Amino acid sequence: MSDLLVDVVGKYNYWLCIILMMIGLYAMIAKKNLIKKLVGMNIFQTSIILFYVSIGCKKGATIPILEYRADHSVLVDAAHYINPVPHVLMLTAIVVSVSTFGVALALALKVYRKHKTLEEDEILMQLRSE
Amino acid sequence: MIWELDLAILILVIVAAIGALQVKDLLGCAILFGAYSFLMCLLWAIMGAVDVSFTEASVGAGVSTVFFVAAVFRTTRRTKD
Amino acid sequence: MKAIGLIIVVLVGALLFYSTQDFPIWGDPNSPASTHIATYHLEKAYEETSVPNVVTAVLADYRGFDTMFETGVIFCAGLGCFVLLRLFRKRDDDSYYRHVSTGITLHIKRGRIPDASSEFERIDTLWTPYDLIVKNVCRILAPFVQLFALYVIAHGHYSPGGGFQGGVILGASVILIAISHDMRTALGRIGEKTIHILMAVGVLIYSGVGALCMLLGTNFLDYASLSKILFTNEIQARSLGILFVEVGVGITVMAVMISIYNNLSSDGRQDEGL
Repeated sequence: MSDLLVDVVGKYNYWLCIILMMIGLYAMIAKKNLIKKLVGMNIFQTSIILFYVSIGCKKGATIPILEYRADHSVLVDAAHYINPVPHVLMLTAIVVSVSTFGVALALALKVYRKHKTLEEDEILMQLRSE
Repeated sequence: MIWELDLAILILVIVAAIGALQVKDLLGCAILFGAYSFLMCLLWAIMGAVDVSFTEASVGAGVSTVFFVAAVFRTTRRTKD
Repeated sequence: MKAIGLIIVVLVGALLFYSTQDFPIWGDPNSPASTHIATYHLEKAYEETSVPNVVTAVLADYRGFDTMFETGVIFCAGLGCFVLLRLFRKRDDDSYYRHVSTGITLHIKRGRIPDASSEFERIDTLWTPYDLIVKNVCRILAPFVQLFALYVIAHGHYSPGGGFQGGVILGASVILIAISHDMRTALGRIGEKTIHILMAVGVLIYSGVGALCMLLGTNFLDYASLSKILFTNEIQARSLGILFVEVGVGITVMAVMISIYNNLSSDGRQDEGL
Protein backbone atom coordinates (compact mmCIF):
# COMPACT_ATOMS: atom_id res chain seq x y z
CA MET A 1 0.00 0.00 0.00
CA SER A 2 2.74 2.46 0.87
CA ASP A 3 4.50 1.32 -2.30
CA LEU A 4 1.45 2.37 -4.31
CA LEU A 5 1.31 5.69 -2.46
CA VAL A 6 4.96 6.36 -3.23
CA ASP A 7 4.19 5.54 -6.85
CA VAL A 8 1.26 7.93 -7.03
CA VAL A 9 2.93 10.87 -5.34
CA GLY A 10 6.39 10.41 -6.76
CA LYS A 11 5.42 10.18 -10.41
CA TYR A 12 2.60 12.66 -10.83
CA ASN A 13 4.28 14.43 -13.73
CA TYR A 14 3.91 11.32 -15.91
CA TRP A 15 0.22 11.10 -15.01
CA LEU A 16 -0.42 14.70 -16.09
CA CYS A 17 1.32 13.99 -19.39
CA ILE A 18 -0.80 10.90 -19.98
CA ILE A 19 -4.04 12.78 -19.23
CA LEU A 20 -3.12 15.59 -21.65
CA MET A 21 -2.08 13.08 -24.32
CA MET A 22 -5.42 11.33 -24.05
CA ILE A 23 -7.32 14.63 -24.28
CA GLY A 24 -5.42 15.47 -27.47
CA LEU A 25 -5.93 11.99 -28.94
CA TYR A 26 -9.66 12.10 -28.26
CA ALA A 27 -9.95 15.49 -29.94
CA MET A 28 -8.15 14.25 -33.04
CA ILE A 29 -10.39 11.19 -33.38
CA ALA A 30 -13.83 12.30 -32.31
CA LYS A 31 -14.23 16.00 -33.16
CA LYS A 32 -15.79 16.82 -36.50
CA ASN A 33 -14.50 20.30 -37.08
CA LEU A 34 -11.11 20.46 -38.80
CA ILE A 35 -9.78 23.28 -36.64
CA LYS A 36 -10.66 21.45 -33.42
CA LYS A 37 -8.65 18.49 -34.70
CA LEU A 38 -5.70 20.83 -35.17
CA VAL A 39 -6.03 22.11 -31.61
CA GLY A 40 -6.03 18.50 -30.42
CA MET A 41 -2.83 17.82 -32.37
CA ASN A 42 -1.16 20.81 -30.74
CA ILE A 43 -2.24 19.73 -27.24
CA PHE A 44 -0.72 16.31 -27.96
CA GLN A 45 2.56 17.91 -29.06
CA THR A 46 2.87 20.14 -25.99
CA SER A 47 2.16 17.22 -23.67
CA ILE A 48 5.06 15.27 -25.20
CA ILE A 49 7.32 18.30 -24.72
CA LEU A 50 6.22 18.43 -21.07
CA PHE A 51 7.17 14.78 -20.68
CA TYR A 52 10.68 15.28 -22.03
CA VAL A 53 11.32 18.43 -20.00
CA SER A 54 10.16 16.79 -16.78
CA ILE A 55 12.61 13.93 -17.32
CA GLY A 56 15.53 16.31 -17.01
CA CYS A 57 14.58 17.67 -13.60
CA LYS A 58 16.71 17.05 -10.56
CA LYS A 59 15.79 17.79 -6.97
CA GLY A 60 17.59 20.83 -5.58
CA ALA A 61 19.44 21.72 -8.78
CA THR A 62 19.35 25.04 -10.59
CA ILE A 63 18.91 26.22 -14.19
CA PRO A 64 21.55 25.16 -16.74
CA ILE A 65 23.35 28.49 -17.05
CA LEU A 66 26.80 28.25 -15.47
CA GLU A 67 27.30 30.52 -12.47
CA TYR A 68 30.29 32.66 -11.78
CA ARG A 69 32.04 32.40 -8.44
CA ALA A 70 33.50 35.36 -6.56
CA ASP A 71 36.88 35.14 -8.30
CA HIS A 72 35.41 35.20 -11.86
CA SER A 73 35.83 31.51 -12.46
CA VAL A 74 32.96 29.27 -13.39
CA LEU A 75 31.35 26.72 -11.09
CA VAL A 76 31.46 23.48 -13.03
CA ASP A 77 29.74 20.78 -11.03
CA ALA A 78 27.41 18.54 -12.98
CA ALA A 79 25.21 17.63 -10.03
CA HIS A 80 24.38 21.28 -9.35
CA TYR A 81 22.62 21.89 -12.66
CA ILE A 82 19.67 20.21 -14.31
CA ASN A 83 20.06 18.20 -17.48
CA PRO A 84 20.27 20.48 -20.56
CA VAL A 85 19.97 17.87 -23.34
CA PRO A 86 16.13 17.47 -23.33
CA HIS A 87 15.79 21.26 -23.46
CA VAL A 88 17.82 21.39 -26.66
CA LEU A 89 15.71 18.71 -28.32
CA MET A 90 12.49 20.35 -27.25
CA LEU A 91 13.47 23.76 -28.65
CA THR A 92 13.55 22.13 -32.07
CA ALA A 93 10.24 20.39 -31.37
CA ILE A 94 8.43 23.63 -30.48
CA VAL A 95 9.55 25.40 -33.62
CA VAL A 96 8.64 22.42 -35.81
CA SER A 97 5.22 22.31 -34.17
CA VAL A 98 4.47 25.94 -35.01
CA SER A 99 5.58 25.38 -38.61
CA THR A 100 3.27 22.38 -38.90
CA PHE A 101 0.43 24.43 -37.40
CA GLY A 102 0.92 27.15 -40.02
CA VAL A 103 0.91 24.72 -42.95
CA ALA A 104 -2.12 22.88 -41.53
CA LEU A 105 -4.05 26.16 -41.26
CA ALA A 106 -3.18 26.91 -44.90
CA LEU A 107 -4.59 23.49 -45.86
CA ALA A 108 -7.78 24.22 -43.89
CA LEU A 109 -8.15 27.48 -45.81
CA LYS A 110 -7.84 25.63 -49.11
CA VAL A 111 -10.50 23.10 -48.04
CA TYR A 112 -12.81 25.97 -47.08
CA ARG A 113 -12.25 27.66 -50.42
CA LYS A 114 -13.44 24.59 -52.29
CA HIS A 115 -16.23 23.23 -50.08
CA LYS A 116 -17.40 26.35 -48.20
CA THR A 117 -17.52 24.45 -44.91
CA LEU A 118 -15.13 23.07 -42.31
CA GLU A 119 -17.22 20.24 -40.87
CA GLU A 120 -16.05 16.76 -41.77
CA ASP A 121 -19.46 15.17 -42.37
CA GLU A 122 -20.63 17.93 -44.74
CA ILE A 123 -17.41 17.62 -46.72
CA LEU A 124 -17.88 13.86 -47.01
CA MET A 125 -21.45 14.39 -48.20
CA GLN A 126 -20.27 16.79 -50.87
CA LEU A 127 -17.57 14.41 -52.01
CA ARG A 128 -19.95 11.48 -52.24
CA SER A 129 -22.51 13.35 -54.29
CA GLU A 130 -20.04 14.30 -57.01
CA MET B 1 8.61 25.00 -5.40
CA ILE B 2 5.43 25.95 -3.59
CA TRP B 3 3.22 22.98 -4.12
CA GLU B 4 -0.10 24.87 -3.89
CA LEU B 5 0.90 27.05 -6.85
CA ASP B 6 2.04 24.00 -8.77
CA LEU B 7 -1.27 22.23 -8.15
CA ALA B 8 -3.32 25.29 -9.17
CA ILE B 9 -1.43 25.65 -12.46
CA LEU B 10 -1.78 21.93 -13.22
CA ILE B 11 -5.55 22.02 -12.69
CA LEU B 12 -5.86 25.17 -14.82
CA VAL B 13 -3.91 23.51 -17.66
CA ILE B 14 -6.37 20.63 -17.84
CA VAL B 15 -9.37 22.98 -17.57
CA ALA B 16 -8.04 25.19 -20.39
CA ALA B 17 -7.37 22.18 -22.64
CA ILE B 18 -10.85 20.72 -22.17
CA GLY B 19 -12.42 24.16 -22.49
CA ALA B 20 -10.64 24.89 -25.78
CA LEU B 21 -12.13 21.75 -27.25
CA GLN B 22 -15.69 22.14 -26.03
CA VAL B 23 -16.64 25.74 -26.87
CA LYS B 24 -18.72 26.23 -29.97
CA ASP B 25 -17.14 29.48 -31.07
CA LEU B 26 -13.80 29.25 -32.87
CA LEU B 27 -12.62 32.63 -31.65
CA GLY B 28 -13.11 31.54 -28.02
CA CYS B 29 -11.23 28.37 -28.90
CA ALA B 30 -8.31 30.49 -30.12
CA ILE B 31 -8.14 32.54 -26.94
CA LEU B 32 -8.37 29.49 -24.69
CA PHE B 33 -5.65 27.86 -26.77
CA GLY B 34 -3.44 30.91 -26.13
CA ALA B 35 -4.16 30.63 -22.40
CA TYR B 36 -3.29 26.91 -22.43
CA SER B 37 -0.01 27.69 -24.18
CA PHE B 38 0.89 30.35 -21.64
CA LEU B 39 0.11 28.08 -18.67
CA MET B 40 2.37 25.37 -20.14
CA CYS B 41 5.10 28.02 -20.39
CA LEU B 42 4.69 28.74 -16.67
CA LEU B 43 4.87 25.03 -15.89
CA TRP B 44 8.19 24.69 -17.71
CA ALA B 45 9.55 27.78 -15.98
CA ILE B 46 8.71 26.11 -12.64
CA MET B 47 10.66 23.02 -13.72
CA GLY B 48 13.72 25.11 -14.58
CA ALA B 49 13.64 24.95 -18.39
CA VAL B 50 14.05 28.67 -19.05
CA ASP B 51 14.98 28.47 -22.74
CA VAL B 52 12.05 26.22 -23.58
CA SER B 53 9.73 28.47 -21.59
CA PHE B 54 10.93 31.61 -23.41
CA THR B 55 10.43 29.95 -26.79
CA GLU B 56 6.95 28.73 -25.93
CA ALA B 57 5.93 32.15 -24.59
CA SER B 58 6.96 33.93 -27.77
CA VAL B 59 5.88 31.24 -30.23
CA GLY B 60 2.86 29.57 -28.64
CA ALA B 61 1.21 32.38 -26.76
CA GLY B 62 2.19 35.01 -29.34
CA VAL B 63 2.55 34.08 -32.94
CA SER B 64 0.55 30.85 -32.98
CA THR B 65 -2.56 32.52 -31.56
CA VAL B 66 -2.29 35.27 -34.20
CA PHE B 67 -2.13 32.65 -36.97
CA PHE B 68 -5.20 30.94 -35.54
CA VAL B 69 -7.21 34.18 -35.36
CA ALA B 70 -6.14 35.09 -38.94
CA ALA B 71 -7.33 31.70 -40.22
CA VAL B 72 -10.65 31.98 -38.34
CA PHE B 73 -11.09 35.43 -39.86
CA ARG B 74 -10.91 33.95 -43.34
CA THR B 75 -13.25 31.00 -42.68
CA THR B 76 -16.29 30.77 -40.45
CA ARG B 77 -16.51 31.43 -36.75
CA ARG B 78 -19.25 28.98 -35.94
CA THR B 79 -18.84 25.26 -35.44
CA LYS B 80 -21.32 22.51 -34.81
CA ASP B 81 -19.42 20.60 -32.14
CA MET C 1 -17.63 7.78 -33.58
CA LYS C 2 -17.42 9.37 -30.16
CA ALA C 3 -18.00 6.05 -28.39
CA ILE C 4 -15.24 4.36 -30.39
CA GLY C 5 -12.99 7.32 -29.62
CA LEU C 6 -13.67 7.04 -25.90
CA ILE C 7 -12.97 3.32 -25.83
CA ILE C 8 -9.69 3.73 -27.71
CA VAL C 9 -8.60 6.59 -25.47
CA VAL C 10 -9.38 4.70 -22.27
CA LEU C 11 -7.53 1.59 -23.45
CA VAL C 12 -4.42 3.49 -24.54
CA GLY C 13 -4.48 5.53 -21.33
CA ALA C 14 -4.64 2.39 -19.19
CA LEU C 15 -1.74 0.88 -21.13
CA LEU C 16 0.38 3.98 -20.62
CA PHE C 17 -0.46 4.10 -16.90
CA TYR C 18 0.64 0.50 -16.58
CA SER C 19 3.93 1.29 -18.28
CA THR C 20 4.85 4.07 -15.84
CA GLN C 21 5.77 1.52 -13.22
CA ASP C 22 9.24 1.19 -14.71
CA PHE C 23 9.98 4.89 -14.93
CA PRO C 24 12.30 6.58 -12.43
CA ILE C 25 10.79 8.84 -9.80
CA TRP C 26 10.61 12.50 -10.76
CA GLY C 27 13.68 14.47 -9.73
CA ASP C 28 15.98 11.52 -9.27
CA PRO C 29 19.59 12.56 -9.96
CA ASN C 30 20.67 9.03 -10.80
CA SER C 31 18.11 8.47 -13.54
CA PRO C 32 19.55 7.15 -16.81
CA ALA C 33 18.67 10.36 -18.65
CA SER C 34 20.93 12.50 -16.51
CA THR C 35 24.07 10.47 -16.27
CA HIS C 36 25.73 9.78 -19.56
CA ILE C 37 26.25 12.62 -21.96
CA ALA C 38 24.66 15.39 -19.92
CA THR C 39 27.55 15.40 -17.44
CA TYR C 40 30.03 15.64 -20.31
CA HIS C 41 28.18 18.64 -21.76
CA LEU C 42 27.91 20.40 -18.40
CA GLU C 43 31.56 19.94 -17.54
CA LYS C 44 33.21 20.64 -20.86
CA ALA C 45 31.00 23.32 -22.38
CA TYR C 46 32.70 26.30 -20.76
CA GLU C 47 36.27 25.20 -21.27
CA GLU C 48 35.72 24.34 -24.92
CA THR C 49 33.46 27.19 -26.03
CA SER C 50 33.47 29.83 -23.24
CA VAL C 51 29.67 30.17 -23.43
CA PRO C 52 27.98 30.02 -20.00
CA ASN C 53 24.51 29.17 -21.35
CA VAL C 54 24.89 25.42 -21.80
CA VAL C 55 21.67 25.07 -23.81
CA THR C 56 22.88 27.51 -26.49
CA ALA C 57 26.30 25.84 -26.62
CA VAL C 58 24.81 22.39 -27.07
CA LEU C 59 22.22 23.63 -29.59
CA ALA C 60 24.60 25.46 -31.91
CA ASP C 61 27.86 23.61 -31.45
CA TYR C 62 27.52 20.07 -30.18
CA ARG C 63 24.23 19.49 -32.02
CA GLY C 64 24.70 21.88 -34.90
CA PHE C 65 23.36 19.52 -37.57
CA ASP C 66 19.98 19.28 -35.83
CA THR C 67 19.65 23.04 -35.82
CA MET C 68 20.67 23.36 -39.46
CA PHE C 69 18.04 20.93 -40.66
CA GLU C 70 15.46 22.50 -38.39
CA THR C 71 16.14 25.83 -40.09
CA GLY C 72 15.56 23.97 -43.34
CA VAL C 73 12.23 22.70 -42.01
CA ILE C 74 11.09 26.23 -41.11
CA PHE C 75 12.08 27.43 -44.58
CA CYS C 76 10.09 24.60 -46.20
CA ALA C 77 7.05 25.44 -44.08
CA GLY C 78 7.17 29.06 -45.27
CA LEU C 79 7.48 27.92 -48.88
CA GLY C 80 4.66 25.42 -48.40
CA CYS C 81 2.23 28.06 -47.16
CA PHE C 82 3.15 30.25 -50.11
CA VAL C 83 2.61 27.48 -52.66
CA LEU C 84 -0.68 26.33 -51.14
CA LEU C 85 -2.36 29.69 -50.89
CA ARG C 86 -0.93 31.88 -53.58
CA LEU C 87 -0.25 29.80 -56.60
CA PHE C 88 -3.51 28.10 -57.47
CA ARG C 89 -6.14 30.72 -56.87
CA LYS C 90 -8.79 31.87 -59.29
CA ARG C 91 -8.37 35.32 -60.68
CA ASP C 92 -11.84 36.86 -60.49
CA ASP C 93 -11.61 39.19 -57.53
CA ASP C 94 -13.22 42.57 -57.54
CA SER C 95 -11.46 45.68 -56.36
CA TYR C 96 -12.44 49.16 -55.28
CA TYR C 97 -10.66 52.27 -56.40
CA ARG C 98 -11.26 55.92 -55.57
CA HIS C 99 -10.40 58.81 -57.82
CA VAL C 100 -8.45 61.16 -55.59
CA SER C 101 -9.36 64.57 -56.94
CA THR C 102 -13.09 64.08 -57.28
CA GLY C 103 -13.78 61.41 -54.68
CA ILE C 104 -15.69 59.05 -56.96
CA THR C 105 -15.44 55.40 -55.98
CA LEU C 106 -15.15 52.77 -58.69
CA HIS C 107 -16.01 49.11 -58.23
CA ILE C 108 -14.20 47.05 -60.82
CA LYS C 109 -15.30 43.45 -61.26
CA ARG C 110 -12.36 41.98 -63.14
CA GLY C 111 -9.09 43.55 -64.07
CA ARG C 112 -7.09 46.25 -62.41
CA ILE C 113 -5.86 49.74 -62.92
CA PRO C 114 -2.04 49.75 -63.29
CA ASP C 115 -0.18 50.08 -60.02
CA ALA C 116 1.82 53.26 -60.32
CA SER C 117 -1.04 55.59 -61.00
CA SER C 118 -1.28 58.56 -58.70
CA GLU C 119 -4.87 59.50 -59.48
CA PHE C 120 -6.53 56.33 -58.24
CA GLU C 121 -5.98 54.91 -54.80
CA ARG C 122 -6.96 51.47 -53.66
CA ILE C 123 -9.35 51.14 -50.72
CA ASP C 124 -10.07 48.06 -48.64
CA THR C 125 -13.24 46.07 -49.02
CA LEU C 126 -13.42 45.71 -45.26
CA TRP C 127 -13.74 49.08 -43.60
CA THR C 128 -12.49 49.46 -40.05
CA PRO C 129 -12.82 52.73 -38.14
CA TYR C 130 -9.76 54.86 -37.62
CA ASP C 131 -8.53 54.44 -34.05
CA LEU C 132 -6.03 57.03 -32.95
CA ILE C 133 -4.72 55.43 -29.77
CA VAL C 134 -4.12 51.93 -31.08
CA LYS C 135 -2.36 53.07 -34.24
CA ASN C 136 -0.05 55.54 -32.59
CA VAL C 137 0.85 53.38 -29.62
CA CYS C 138 1.76 50.47 -31.88
CA ARG C 139 3.72 52.73 -34.15
CA ILE C 140 5.77 54.10 -31.24
CA LEU C 141 6.23 50.67 -29.63
CA ALA C 142 7.53 48.77 -32.68
CA PRO C 143 11.18 49.99 -32.62
CA PHE C 144 11.52 49.10 -28.94
CA VAL C 145 10.25 45.60 -29.63
CA GLN C 146 12.84 45.23 -32.37
CA LEU C 147 15.59 46.50 -30.07
CA PHE C 148 14.60 43.94 -27.46
CA ALA C 149 14.66 41.21 -30.09
CA LEU C 150 18.20 42.18 -31.15
CA TYR C 151 19.24 42.09 -27.48
CA VAL C 152 17.80 38.59 -27.13
CA ILE C 153 19.75 37.35 -30.14
CA ALA C 154 23.01 38.95 -29.04
CA HIS C 155 22.78 37.80 -25.40
CA GLY C 156 21.97 34.19 -26.16
CA HIS C 157 25.36 33.26 -24.76
CA TYR C 158 24.77 34.61 -21.28
CA SER C 159 21.02 34.49 -20.59
CA PRO C 160 18.02 32.53 -21.84
CA GLY C 161 17.43 33.45 -25.44
CA GLY C 162 19.21 32.86 -28.70
CA GLY C 163 18.35 32.83 -32.37
CA PHE C 164 14.82 31.43 -32.40
CA GLN C 165 13.34 33.59 -29.71
CA GLY C 166 14.85 36.77 -31.14
CA GLY C 167 13.69 35.93 -34.65
CA VAL C 168 10.13 35.30 -33.53
CA ILE C 169 10.00 38.61 -31.63
CA LEU C 170 11.35 40.47 -34.70
CA GLY C 171 8.63 38.89 -36.83
CA ALA C 172 6.03 39.76 -34.21
CA SER C 173 6.95 43.45 -34.42
CA VAL C 174 6.06 43.57 -38.13
CA ILE C 175 2.88 41.56 -37.48
CA LEU C 176 1.98 44.19 -34.85
CA ILE C 177 2.16 46.93 -37.50
CA ALA C 178 0.09 44.77 -39.86
CA ILE C 179 -2.62 44.25 -37.25
CA SER C 180 -2.91 47.78 -35.94
CA HIS C 181 -2.71 49.57 -39.27
CA ASP C 182 -3.68 47.61 -42.37
CA MET C 183 -1.60 45.10 -44.19
CA ARG C 184 -0.75 47.40 -47.06
CA THR C 185 1.12 49.73 -44.69
CA ALA C 186 3.18 46.86 -43.35
CA LEU C 187 3.89 45.54 -46.82
CA GLY C 188 4.90 49.00 -47.93
CA ARG C 189 7.56 49.06 -45.27
CA ILE C 190 9.01 45.62 -45.90
CA GLY C 191 8.13 44.28 -49.30
CA GLU C 192 7.19 40.76 -50.26
CA LYS C 193 10.32 40.25 -52.34
CA THR C 194 12.56 41.27 -49.42
CA ILE C 195 10.88 38.73 -47.16
CA HIS C 196 11.38 35.92 -49.63
CA ILE C 197 15.03 36.79 -50.08
CA LEU C 198 15.55 36.96 -46.31
CA MET C 199 14.02 33.50 -45.90
CA ALA C 200 16.76 32.05 -48.03
CA VAL C 201 19.59 34.25 -46.70
CA GLY C 202 19.32 32.81 -43.18
CA VAL C 203 19.72 29.22 -44.34
CA LEU C 204 22.54 30.36 -46.61
CA ILE C 205 24.38 31.98 -43.67
CA TYR C 206 24.14 28.80 -41.61
CA SER C 207 25.32 26.46 -44.35
CA GLY C 208 27.84 29.06 -45.48
CA VAL C 209 29.55 29.03 -42.09
CA GLY C 210 29.70 25.26 -42.26
CA ALA C 211 31.12 25.28 -45.79
CA LEU C 212 33.66 27.94 -44.79
CA CYS C 213 34.88 25.67 -42.01
CA MET C 214 35.23 22.87 -44.52
CA LEU C 215 37.16 25.09 -46.94
CA LEU C 216 39.57 26.00 -44.15
CA GLY C 217 40.52 22.39 -43.64
CA THR C 218 38.45 20.75 -40.89
CA ASN C 219 35.05 19.06 -40.81
CA PHE C 220 31.72 20.65 -41.73
CA LEU C 221 30.51 22.99 -38.92
CA ASP C 222 33.70 22.60 -36.88
CA TYR C 223 34.09 26.21 -35.80
CA ALA C 224 37.63 25.84 -34.47
CA SER C 225 39.04 26.42 -37.94
CA LEU C 226 37.53 29.93 -38.03
CA SER C 227 40.42 30.97 -35.81
CA LYS C 228 42.60 31.18 -38.90
CA ILE C 229 40.64 34.02 -40.45
CA LEU C 230 39.45 35.73 -37.28
CA PHE C 231 42.85 35.93 -35.54
CA THR C 232 41.71 34.66 -32.15
CA ASN C 233 42.27 31.39 -30.35
CA GLU C 234 40.09 28.36 -30.93
CA ILE C 235 37.79 28.83 -27.96
CA GLN C 236 36.80 32.37 -28.96
CA ALA C 237 36.40 31.18 -32.57
CA ARG C 238 33.82 28.66 -31.41
CA SER C 239 31.96 31.32 -29.48
CA LEU C 240 31.89 33.62 -32.53
CA GLY C 241 30.82 30.75 -34.78
CA ILE C 242 27.85 30.14 -32.48
CA LEU C 243 26.94 33.84 -32.76
CA PHE C 244 27.00 33.84 -36.58
CA VAL C 245 24.90 30.75 -36.76
CA GLU C 246 22.30 32.17 -34.36
CA VAL C 247 22.02 35.33 -36.47
CA GLY C 248 21.29 33.19 -39.52
CA VAL C 249 18.59 31.27 -37.70
CA GLY C 250 17.04 34.49 -36.42
CA ILE C 251 16.79 36.02 -39.90
CA THR C 252 15.07 32.94 -41.36
CA VAL C 253 12.59 32.62 -38.51
CA MET C 254 11.63 36.31 -38.76
CA ALA C 255 10.98 36.12 -42.50
CA VAL C 256 8.99 32.89 -42.25
CA MET C 257 6.72 34.19 -39.49
CA ILE C 258 5.92 37.35 -41.48
CA SER C 259 5.37 35.37 -44.67
CA ILE C 260 3.02 32.82 -43.10
CA TYR C 261 0.97 35.59 -41.48
CA ASN C 262 0.70 37.46 -44.79
CA ASN C 263 -0.48 34.42 -46.67
CA LEU C 264 -2.92 33.25 -44.00
CA SER C 265 -4.66 36.51 -43.28
CA SER C 266 -5.14 37.64 -46.84
CA ASP C 267 -5.97 34.26 -48.34
CA GLY C 268 -3.07 34.50 -50.74
CA ARG C 269 -3.83 37.86 -52.20
CA GLN C 270 -1.61 39.90 -49.89
CA ASP C 271 -3.46 43.12 -50.20
CA GLU C 272 -5.96 43.15 -47.37
CA GLY C 273 -5.89 41.58 -44.00
CA LEU C 274 -7.03 41.62 -40.40
